Amino acid sequence: MARMTMIEAIRDALDVAMGADPSVVVFGEDVGYFGGVFRCTAGLQAKYGKTRCFDTPINESGIVGAGIGMAAYGLKPVVEIQFADYMYPAYDQIVSEAARLRYRSAGQFTCPMVIRMPTGGGIFGGQTHSQSPEALLTHVTGLKTVVPSNPRDAKGLLLAAIEDPDPVIFMEPKRLYNGPFDGHHDRPVTAWKSHELGEVPEGHYTVPLGKAVVRRQGRAATVLSYGTMVHVALAAVEESGVDAEVIDLRTLLPLDMETIAASVNKTGRCLVLHEATLTSGYGAELAALVQAECFWQLEAPVRRVAGWDTPYPHTHEWSYFPGPARVAEALRQLVEVA
Amino acid sequence: MQRPDPDEYPPLSLVVPEPEVRPGGQPDFSHVAIPRAGTVRRPDVDADPEGIRDLAFTIIRVLNREGQAVGPWAEGLDITPEELLAGLRHMMTLRIYDARMLNAQRQQKTSFYMQHLGEEAISCAFQRALAPGDMNFPTYRQAGLLIAAGYPLSSMMNQIFSNAEDPMLGRQLPVCYSSREHGFFSISGNLATQFIQAVGWAMASAISGDCKISAAWIGDGSTAESDFHAALVFASTYKAPVVLNIVNNQWAISTFQGIARGGAGTFAARGLGFGIPSLRVDGNDYLAVLAVAKWAAERARRNLGPTLVEYVTYRAGGHSTSDDPSAYRPAEESTAWPLGDPILRLKNHLIALGIWSDERHQQAEAEILAEITEAQKRAEAIGTLHHGQHPSPAGMFEDVYAEMPPHLLKQRHEAGF
Repeated sequence: MARMTMIEAIRDALDVAMGADPSVVVFGEDVGYFGGVFRCTAGLQAKYGKTRCFDTPINESGIVGAGIGMAAYGLKPVVEIQFADYMYPAYDQIVSEAARLRYRSAGQFTCPMVIRMPTGGGIFGGQTHSQSPEALLTHVTGLKTVVPSNPRDAKGLLLAAIEDPDPVIFMEPKRLYNGPFDGHHDRPVTAWKSHELGEVPEGHYTVPLGKAVVRRQGRAATVLSYGTMVHVALAAVEESGVDAEVIDLRTLLPLDMETIAASVNKTGRCLVLHEATLTSGYGAELAALVQAECFWQLEAPVRRVAGWDTPYPHTHEWSYFPGPARVAEALRQLVEVA
Repeated sequence: MQRPDPDEYPPLSLVVPEPEVRPGGQPDFSHVAIPRAGTVRRPDVDADPEGIRDLAFTIIRVLNREGQAVGPWAEGLDITPEELLAGLRHMMTLRIYDARMLNAQRQQKTSFYMQHLGEEAISCAFQRALAPGDMNFPTYRQAGLLIAAGYPLSSMMNQIFSNAEDPMLGRQLPVCYSSREHGFFSISGNLATQFIQAVGWAMASAISGDCKISAAWIGDGSTAESDFHAALVFASTYKAPVVLNIVNNQWAISTFQGIARGGAGTFAARGLGFGIPSLRVDGNDYLAVLAVAKWAAERARRNLGPTLVEYVTYRAGGHSTSDDPSAYRPAEESTAWPLGDPILRLKNHLIALGIWSDERHQQAEAEILAEITEAQKRAEAIGTLHHGQHPSPAGMFEDVYAEMPPHLLKQRHEAGF
């Protein structure tokens, strides 16, 4: 065991994967010599050589498209999109190509690649460094979408993603890179080194894709969240005084509906929490599924708390995304419904 | 800030390029400068790209009007009579296959078809420069790559008819073939996406210390797509072992090639800014295509990096069965095309060599037609779009992922499978 930040855990996962399998290659803007703007790949080029970890031109479609060709050849590319917001230039390659290659070639060609992208806000990144485009990706069949919430999961999930035979989108909540975050920007950040989930096992292990985990046991309501919002949910539950169960989804697609249904059927109430904008967001899918699976056990309508339907406002970041106060208020209202 | 003086600066106006001639006009290719066969030099494969910039603005040609193979590109060819005869047969097969499949579409046996008429030399010749294990990333007009690689015609037809033996299991539009074994990557309907993928595949081969190369394919119109430029920058940066092929058949559906080309002198010239050796070749000359393809493949194999090749040709047929070319270009334009017909030109060469004759050509046509008719009968006996046996719809749910996730399994059960 070692104490690590999420950045270190991600780097450790890449190190373990590259050390074990010469077909794993890592590339993207600035990831080679410099080690990436968030330093997730620092040291990998020095250790594995510049043909296995290298810098690319600033062309996201090129990064993903080249990765698809490499995956079709038989390598396992792990590419970095510098910010999830820059996924859009690569969207055609992700949606029309990576996601469909196995299907359209009837299994003759496959695309075992991982597309890493720092996601979410809370670092004053403005509207082009703060987005959470997961709904645009979970809508695409053929992709798997993963969002870790802590260093231990980040390493295990990333190793599972690299070993997965299909394209995996790996969204890294950048607000969690250096420590957990409870939604209070004006409080000192807790360091991962003092958090139990900052304890990262050494060497190889995986956290299976498609398995959620209960972060807090509770009886009065279920909060479904992922990434940064798991920590906000935990803070909000304490603030609200509501004995809510908090589920960390970890993988958005495939989704662990079993864990969700077991919890909601127990508590009878469900709040869906995410940082991305509300309308047509991933929360809509969760709410619909919970309604379909748990309708007769529900004692109140499923509630959603999400980012407002505006672009991410630089100055008003703290008013924009769901903090503990908003979530706590929603929780209290949820349990008040007779 | 002062407003510009309208006397000094008259109002701006937008430039929208137009082809020389529209329907009703007289076809005119006088603007296409065509050097005599055999007159363009053949540099060594390790030539400095800077020293061969002129090859992006000329047209490399081998076969002259008399059917002779002339000049330095012919001398470097090293081709046997058997290979020449095979090349002719591949092109004839593609043309007859095209005609039969076009007809099958008119008979509603399939939804859609795309012909190669006039462009047969490009894919048929190029494939002969590749080795087993190399990979093409084709568009929808390179079926000749499959024919020249020995892919069964019946498999191609099964794909066209989406029948029970369709290798793509009824999931792809007709003509979107794919065969890993025959070096033919899965075709996407989204244009240019495969160009950068080909570069990535070549990079992977180099990373792995392999000796396989790849070939990227694109049409003149699609060079306007961003992924074309992504491919050039990646290929140039990493000196990927890839041959970057642009088939300039003059028309992107109804849009003439000048729209995509912009101010560049030629499509090949696009490679010059990236330091990529760029050649322009007569796409209706089987021997010229083969010579240039071998040169470019040799460069890639010797780790000398990418080559960009523009094939100057003419799409004699419609873009697809959904297209009517007479609405946007003179009907006689295809016959006025100055580079002639690729099959006729190679045929004349073989006759000039004394290894072929009109009689044998007719006989070969009859043989190929019989072979294709036979394959078509077998394919149709299995099924066509609206009749016979089709892949099971249960297979619709397979291959979305390597392992079917629970939500999809649930949907498959809901669908009754």
